[in-house]
Amino acid sequence: MNLFKRLPLLNIQRKPGRSVALAVLSAFLAASVFAGSVIVSSLQSGLSSLEDRLGADIMVVPYSATTKSDLSNILLQGNKGYFYMDDQVLDQLSSIDGVRQMSSQFFLASANAGCCSFSVQIIGFDAKTDFVVQPWIRKSYQKPLETKDIIVGNDLNAFVGDTIRFYNVDCRVVGKLDKTGTMMDTTVYTSIPTCKLLMKSAYENKLNDFGNVDPDTVVSDVLINVDGEHNVEEVVNDINLHVKNVEAIKTKDMISGIAGSLQGVSRLIGILMACVWFLAIVILMVAYRMVTNERIREFAVLRVLGVSSRKLFSLILKEGMIIGLIGALCGVTAGALIVFPFHQMIESQLGLPYLLPSTARIVGLVLMALVVTVFTGGMAAAVSANRISKMDTGLILREDQ
Amino acid sequence: MGLRAEKVKKDFIRKSKDTNVFTAVHPVDLKLTGGTLTELCGRSGSGKSTLLNMLAGLLKPSEGTVYIDDIDIYALEDKALSKLRNEKLGVIPQGHSAISSLTVLENVLLPLSVYERHVDPAYAMELLDMVGIAHLKDAMPSELSGGEMRRMAIARAFVTKPSIVLADEPTGDLDDENTEIVLRLLKEAAQKGAAVLLVTHEKEANKYADRIYRMNAGKLDPVL
Repeated sequence: MNLFKRLPLLNIQRKPGRSVALAVLSAFLAASVFAGSVIVSSLQSGLSSLEDRLGADIMVVPYSATTKSDLSNILLQGNKGYFYMDDQVLDQLSSIDGVRQMSSQFFLASANAGCCSFSVQIIGFDAKTDFVVQPWIRKSYQKPLETKDIIVGNDLNAFVGDTIRFYNVDCRVVGKLDKTGTMMDTTVYTSIPTCKLLMKSAYENKLNDFGNVDPDTVVSDVLINVDGEHNVEEVVNDINLHVKNVEAIKTKDMISGIAGSLQGVSRLIGILMACVWFLAIVILMVAYRMVTNERIREFAVLRVLGVSSRKLFSLILKEGMIIGLIGALCGVTAGALIVFPFHQMIESQLGLPYLLPSTARIVGLVLMALVVTVFTGGMAAAVSANRISKMDTGLILREDQ
Repeated sequence: MGLRAEKVKKDFIRKSKDTNVFTAVHPVDLKLTGGTLTELCGRSGSGKSTLLNMLAGLLKPSEGTVYIDDIDIYALEDKALSKLRNEKLGVIPQGHSAISSLTVLENVLLPLSVYERHVDPAYAMELLDMVGIAHLKDAMPSELSGGEMRRMAIARAFVTKPSIVLADEPTGDLDDENTEIVLRLLKEAAQKGAAVLLVTHEKEANKYADRIYRMNAGKLDPVL
């Protein structure tokens, strides 16, 4: 390649100290932008996954469950628990106007003892009426669940074909769910008959009394979808008014706290990213100004040799952009080495639904970080390049004597 | 043909005293014709380098006009002026003028690659040989002495076979032997048809010069 065209590359290669210093600044920017974007995106994916998985407009739980707090502890925070209400509530709910779909669930918590392989939340669903769990369970297991068949969340150390013991009942793992970034990753799903069987076994073996309820006459919650003609709020009010000893909750209200926290964390990360970007651009501009001042005589010599101000601008800009690109690639790699291997630690520190985005989205974030960094490096170089290219060469040579 | 300056003047405003205009070069008429070596001597600060920079199209005069081959160079756009400088002029600036990331040979070849002209490494080596630093072709400028860097700049100015050579103190850091070589090189360029302007303090240069001017407080006086 033509020597003059290679000059930006040669300047970078043969002046490694200068190039590395500038590249490190760019890398710092790229790492912050990329890691920050991945974390914000993971939080958004986690919330969206939680919304998808909750999948119902209304949840009805026993009033005694002090509703939101207990329920969100179990469903959102990953705490283990159970509560029950009379299954006659199903008849009462079915008579409420606007109820389009309805399905009950049965909660159990396994014990942290010899009778159980893990201490986990177990959720039983009614296969005939369920419209929430089965659509996403079908991705990992298409057949109907037999008694003692279970499907495990992604974070549990169990695989298809394994046998897991709950209250001295051996259950067969028939499926493993995709990662959701929520407490559902540590939950076991099964049919209601299996839940009842486990509860009875716990009674018989005196392992847990579960409040001495009769498993054949209770449910834990009822999930409801509202038809298009009714407002969810109205149906919730109707249930709370007409069905005794239960509390109907809008699922959106239940996750609004999480959405709020997520928005807060995302905003904080966004502000940090903006600060890093602002600092990086200021530092890069100062650094480029210092570097170009140091090289001002060289630039004047290039003008003496017939390099036009436009060519000189382009040379400095090209050099800045190449350094920016090298820094950006290193920075994105460093960012990836933080956010991917340590994603579980980040998840537990944030305490919010956290699901790494899809590969396509990650590729998009990589490109975004590269573009932002190269643009910033280029811009910082361009400011100096513009100043240098407009200076009078004769004056530079004169002042440098 | 060659280079012609008409009533060229340069004023500088002193930054510390913004009303004080300092005239570095008073209106000067000068003609550099092909085949002649013109020497410009004078004390430091007399305006020699300022005049040379104006003649090279590197410093816009406050007044007057500079013509190269009858083209008013300051009427040209920067792009055209830069190309003209690359094609017609061989400028040896005062002081160190190496591109620090290029080897000696690459520094010498660089002017040819700016506008993708034919690169002739053999000719570049011949020039380096003439100035006595062929063995340093792969050395980086940081490895050279001041004198070696000056010689590299001289070889670089000649590599484009310019019709006008403007040399600002080219023998500044050189010993007597190398001073002799450089002056002879400039004389040979003039004999081959180039218009050569040599700004120097060297009395030795007088014997090579066809014409001599002295610059005194910005005023140009013919000596020979």
